Amino acid sequence: MRITRALGAAALLLGLAAAPAAADSSPSPSASADGDAPTRAGTSFRTATEIEQGQTATADGSAGDYLYWSFPADAGQRPTVKATVKLPETHAAETWQVDVYDGLRRRQACQYGAQTRTAAADAASVELTCVLRTVRAWSEPWANDPLPGTYYVRLTVTDLATADLGLPVGAEVRADSKDIGGSAAVDGSLTEPLVPGIAVKSQAENGGSDAESGSAVLSAIEPEDGWSSGWWSDRWVWTAVGGVLAALAGIGGYALTRGAGRPRRVPPGA
Amino acid sequence: MITSKRLAAGACALLAALTAGLALPVAAHAGEPVGGATPQVDLVLDVSGSMRERDIDGGTRMAAAKQAFNEVLDATPEEVQLGIRTLGANYPGDNQKTGCKDTAQLYPVSTLDRTEAKSAVATLSPTGWTPIGPALLAAADDFTEGASSKRIVLISDGEDTCAPLDPCEVAREIAAKGIGLTIDTLGLVPNTKMRQQLSCIAEATGGTYTSVEHTDELTDKVNQLVDRAADPVVTPVATEGATSCADAPTLKSGLYTDREEFGQQRWYRVDVGPGQELRASVSVAADRAVNPGYGVLLRAVTTHGREIVRGEAAGTGRTDVISTGLRYPKTESDSDDDEAPAEAVCLQVTHAFSASAGTKTTPGLPLELTVDVVDGPSQAADVASFGLGRGWWLLGALVLVGFLAGVLWGWLSRWRVAVWRTN
Repeated sequence: MRITRALGAAALLLGLAAAPAAADSSPSPSASADGDAPTRAGTSFRTATEIEQGQTATADGSAGDYLYWSFPADAGQRPTVKATVKLPETHAAETWQVDVYDGLRRRQACQYGAQTRTAAADAASVELTCVLRTVRAWSEPWANDPLPGTYYVRLTVTDLATADLGLPVGAEVRADSKDIGGSAAVDGSLTEPLVPGIAVKSQAENGGSDAESGSAVLSAIEPEDGWSSGWWSDRWVWTAVGGVLAALAGIGGYALTRGAGRPRRVPPGA
Repeated sequence: MITSKRLAAGACALLAALTAGLALPVAAHAGEPVGGATPQVDLVLDVSGSMRERDIDGGTRMAAAKQAFNEVLDATPEEVQLGIRTLGANYPGDNQKTGCKDTAQLYPVSTLDRTEAKSAVATLSPTGWTPIGPALLAAADDFTEGASSKRIVLISDGEDTCAPLDPCEVAREIAAKGIGLTIDTLGLVPNTKMRQQLSCIAEATGGTYTSVEHTDELTDKVNQLVDRAADPVVTPVATEGATSCADAPTLKSGLYTDREEFGQQRWYRVDVGPGQELRASVSVAADRAVNPGYGVLLRAVTTHGREIVRGEAAGTGRTDVISTGLRYPKTESDSDDDEAPAEAVCLQVTHAFSASAGTKTTPGLPLELTVDVVDGPSQAADVASFGLGRGWWLLGALVLVGFLAGVLWGWLSRWRVAVWRTN
């Protein structure tokens, strides 16, 4: 892996001249059209409906259901999950909650946003938000940091009157992310993103078996433009620009000590 | 820039493919679905006397159910095998014992002949008791071997009339058989007791409960459930964890299920080679009434009992599952021989659910375990990516140092020239 990273670095140095010095220029997921957005939700981690970032997924469910979606998040992104629940016309006060889990099914904390909200009686809808921490390319195994891979969204009611159990509700979920860029670029990287079942999947591909014939995998999720290879960050630009500026300042400092032109009292032929 | 990134990415991918090709693939295909299996759905319809009541869109409940069934039968995807079972359709008398055996297969779970199924539905008329428990038990046997997913959709308008057999416990026992069956329930014009009973049945198997007051709601929901059955899903492999690490079953990459009773612990083993990373996640489902306040702990332990890493989660309030996971990258061995043995890592799962008063504690709670053994990560040598710098402070520092170095160099060379000239 080190070799590949060194190769990447070499390729970068070759291409650096052509690289625009724009900071924070790493690719961000473009919002795709909502035309083919999923209109259903899963009911467990295993059956979670896969959505892309920027897609608004909708689903019809019943109050009391546990609705699951999953989306991909890559290193350097700070995902925000927004959920809107359309409630039936008459109902008592009920509390809804959105939870986000990573590819290891570890619950991920929300930095801010109303993760849990109580809808007053007969309120038409309730809106929930969860802003996750920035996804890192690597973390120590003992840490709970968000890593690139699948993220699960679970939407459910946590408190409702028995009379409201099973009433039809409409759910709308959207995952977006802010590109944090080089400030979140850490060293190290995972060989495979944190996508459940990826070991089984890659074995099936290596074996050349019927991997493409619609056989189910736990999570087949991937960002639109693939997982980032992890070596690029705007830290290269900053460091390179810093080096150039240092060289210029060095020349400037040198010139300052020599004054303008040739030193005095040196004969023209020396 | 994009091109150069692509190129680099390509080179990386090529290298990754080469290294992956070199590493011998471990033959483990657990968790993969059986090829060619079809999803199966059994619709279980309550045809008890109460279905005569006229309170759904002005018609009888039976009429609404029949209309919904006709539309569902038309919309059923080709690949889904569908069956219909009735309860309370045949015995009009008032002997509870006989009435509670009254469940019959109206149409077997098989490739659908729409006209035949529709004419079978047309013959139904509301008759007898509501033996939900026995009907579920019978429906569980309607499925054939090798179905990729099994789903019972129970449509009822009243609570079970066949006490003391609790349909909720029946559902839990069916789920515990490990045949991967889900029961979804629909209540027609439900009352409180019925809501509780039907949602209890649904929760016992990870299904959903829906209240229905209109015909189109019924049609939409049943269609949605049948479609859901058609989605390809990974079938977990049933396994049984041991009470200690020494007797634990060895697992390969895949998806597994088990049952864990209250206060029990479960041990599994996974072989992790040098340079590989173990990823394990576990979720324990609350399939019955449990007390608020619960947790789950997953520990990776060496065979000598030293804890390597743990994943823990705790929660409170209404939930379907509590889950956690862990990662354990095993470092590459220093000696370069390929003979370095794989380490057996023991995984211990304990949960801290407690059953509410009056809830049966057997069978154990359903446990789902995913295991992935992948190539290990490249370790970080620095906090920042490649140890590179970033920000205005860095630029300032570099400029300052560069300037000072230039000045110093200038003075030095002036001094050298002066020395040379005096000599």
